Amino acid sequence: MRIGIDVGGTNTDAVIMDGRSIVAHAKRPTTPDVSGGIISVLKTVLREANIPPSEIQAVMIGTTHFTNAVVERKRLLSVGIIRLALPATKCLPPMCDWPHDLSSALGNHSYLVHGGFNFDGRVIAPLDEAAVAAAAKDIKKKGLKTAAITSVFSPVNQDMEERGAEILLQEIPDIEVTLSHQIGRIGFLERENATVMNACLAELAKIVVDSFRTALSELKIEAPFYVSQNDGTLMTSDYVEKYPVLTFASGPTNSMRGAVFLAGLKDAMVVDIGGTTSDIGMLIKGFPRESSVAVDIGGVRTNFRMPDVLAIGLGGGSIIRNEGANVGPDSVGFKLTEEALVFGGQTLTATDIAVAAGLAQIGEPKKVAHLNPKFVNAALDRIHDMIDTAVDRMRTSAEPLPIILVGGGSILISRNIPSASEVTKPDYAPVANAIGAAIAQVGGEVERMFSLDAISRDEALDQAKQEAVSKTIDAGAREETVAVVDIEEVMISYLPGNATRIRVKAAGDLAMS
Amino acid sequence: MNLTEELLIDICRGAAFLGTGGGGDPYIGRQMVRQAMEYGHQVEIIDPNEVPDDALVIPTAMMGAPTVLIEKLPRGDEAICSLKRLEKHLGKKAFATMPIEIGGINSTMPLVVGAYLDLPVVDADGMGRAFPELYQETFAVYGISCTPMAISNEYGDTTLIETHDNFMAEWLARGVTIRMGGAAYIAEYSMTGAEVKRTSIHNTLTLAISIGRCLREAREQHRDPFGALFTLMPQTPYKFITEIYQGKIVDVQRTTSAGFSVGSAQIQGMERFAGLMEITFQNEHLVARVDGDVKAIVPDLICIMDSETAEPITTEALRYGQRVKVLSVSCPPIMRTPEALKSFGPQIFGIEEPFTPIEDLTKQP
Repeated sequence: MRIGIDVGGTNTDAVIMDGRSIVAHAKRPTTPDVSGGIISVLKTVLREANIPPSEIQAVMIGTTHFTNAVVERKRLLSVGIIRLALPATKCLPPMCDWPHDLSSALGNHSYLVHGGFNFDGRVIAPLDEAAVAAAAKDIKKKGLKTAAITSVFSPVNQDMEERGAEILLQEIPDIEVTLSHQIGRIGFLERENATVMNACLAELAKIVVDSFRTALSELKIEAPFYVSQNDGTLMTSDYVEKYPVLTFASGPTNSMRGAVFLAGLKDAMVVDIGGTTSDIGMLIKGFPRESSVAVDIGGVRTNFRMPDVLAIGLGGGSIIRNEGANVGPDSVGFKLTEEALVFGGQTLTATDIAVAAGLAQIGEPKKVAHLNPKFVNAALDRIHDMIDTAVDRMRTSAEPLPIILVGGGSILISRNIPSASEVTKPDYAPVANAIGAAIAQVGGEVERMFSLDAISRDEALDQAKQEAVSKTIDAGAREETVAVVDIEEVMISYLPGNATRIRVKAAGDLAMS
Repeated sequence: MNLTEELLIDICRGAAFLGTGGGGDPYIGRQMVRQAMEYGHQVEIIDPNEVPDDALVIPTAMMGAPTVLIEKLPRGDEAICSLKRLEKHLGKKAFATMPIEIGGINSTMPLVVGAYLDLPVVDADGMGRAFPELYQETFAVYGISCTPMAISNEYGDTTLIETHDNFMAEWLARGVTIRMGGAAYIAEYSMTGAEVKRTSIHNTLTLAISIGRCLREAREQHRDPFGALFTLMPQTPYKFITEIYQGKIVDVQRTTSAGFSVGSAQIQGMERFAGLMEITFQNEHLVARVDGDVKAIVPDLICIMDSETAEPITTEALRYGQRVKVLSVSCPPIMRTPEALKSFGPQIFGIEEPFTPIEDLTKQP
């Protein structure tokens, strides 16, 4: 048996699954320390399933914590951004195409220095070590705790990024450093963006992963735990601590996979309403439609491979203002059970509106009895309108699709959505994300240099594919479900022997014992 | 016409379509123009007929592999260095700049130059799409010399090239481009206003705007973007448009060779298309074959697009697993004359099959 957990901004959900059947499920508020919410929800499901912790073979955690931090511009560290590239790249400075509020939240501490490589491995300019050292001094003076280093063509040669990190660590031994070649691929701006975002999450990543550990050890669950990443596969805990950015958009992947599992519909629009945001994505033949162009996270362009989802600031915790005319984009988040009116708080939230309209029984309904029905209706109009507009934007044809409604905030939707053919709310819809995490796939990745003088490209690819597939099976995947999900090649033109770097990723369902 | 941010986005989407997979993702160029506009500069686009017959026009462009450009961003004033070097050499100031290539990022490079130097940009180009080599210009076909040309890198290092013919200009400039790191910035084909009117493909910037706007509006209004394109194109000099394939990318092979991005993509057919389509590219898509049979061939346009959103996909963005539609579009008559085909036709790319217009290929069973 295994546990799937979804840690959202508002709620922490858990399911225990035995094969394809759901043994127990529960939803508890997310706590500021994260672990409290996990402990509380795990206690509930373990009790409900009536099994000892030793029966649990694996724990899969999906979290939108990191995405939310960027979307809400909260809990982000200021980042020392070091670019090794001059005189090239000067026309487009770091964060040039970012929303201004996000770039100012990160502090605009950019250092452009001479360095970087050409495609053939020659240097654009020798690394200006003195300039990196000066940047390091300035970063120290400013007290920044984290830095991002990006050099031109670092996927081909990472030496300068590594040397830059050495210089930086000499000056500030305890600074967190993210190097771009570890995060992304060719495509300078997108890779730099992802690197900077990873860096700004450094502190939060430690806190969150620590709290996962604390929670599981407190409940004496000794099974390994994994965190799901954007392509729907799982990564180990120490990996996510270093690369939190890789969890971006894992929420949508999980909820869409969970929705397919629950609703059995193959072509549909999945609307996942959480506490803080709603994610809208499209299913085609049972698979999330992937974005073929650069993906925006919080308004920032990245080159991650992920489902094409639109996130809007609407959730159960969204703050209602202006007599219902304004909903969100800010949310009380995990403080819903303190701040919402139905829980005795002072803030009017979307959940209060749902309760006042009789759509849900949460907290104390009498605490919202005083709300003007006109006002409640205006807010509901606005909420349905926001979802309708978003679904409309994601449509790729005039043909309306059915909506599969999932997530804890799905209580907000009670009416027809004009841009959809129908609205389906499957059983267990509120915990679809946790189900998606529980059925997440394991991946196996191979990255190797091949000399195409010695073997043909087809042979090299076959070899890499086979290795990735067997790694996936070794990692616990059922053989018949394993498929190659990504292939990437980088020609290393500066090395003799027609060298190429091939990266193959395979994934498959975790075998159930 | 003064450029706005919305028009800029339309130009870039249209240019990506006209790039037929090459010419580089216009995103970088779009950001460069946007950055210039943010600094307070303006871009004025003028009709070729507004250029006085004796005025000097100096086209500007990026030269090299798009896969290099997306990684090694320019300093920003390389093309300006080249234009100024050419002005110095000619002893005359430019009245305007102009694209040599409407497809891809080169639709935007002259906009950057025009913005910073306060020069108008002529609404015309010499390729009508994207091509990999410098002599593949209607300018050249109809008698304009590529040289003198200037080529600059991120240091402002500049080479002036003067050659006996345009093939030698390409050969030397390509060598310099590789030495400059695989992407360099050029000013060339300087000509008079009268020559612009005679040898260029007119109004291709506004064509890019129309295509970009057509795709954007179709998407906003949830009309089928492919249907919208099929309605638009017959009203332009690019009269004929057809869907030649639909499927999933199952392999992409590419290398950076002699300064070009060369390779091929394999598409597994879906829906009514059986078999495997292979599209060969040298920066741009050159020929599409199914089981060895030619389905579309250069200089007609071969465009790979996201099958749902109709977003044009450049060769460097092709990825395993993408669902795509492949469209082919006829190029305008000025590009299909016997002398034009000597510069743009399949033989110049080492392809054995002769040029057959897409209209005729579609008629075959």
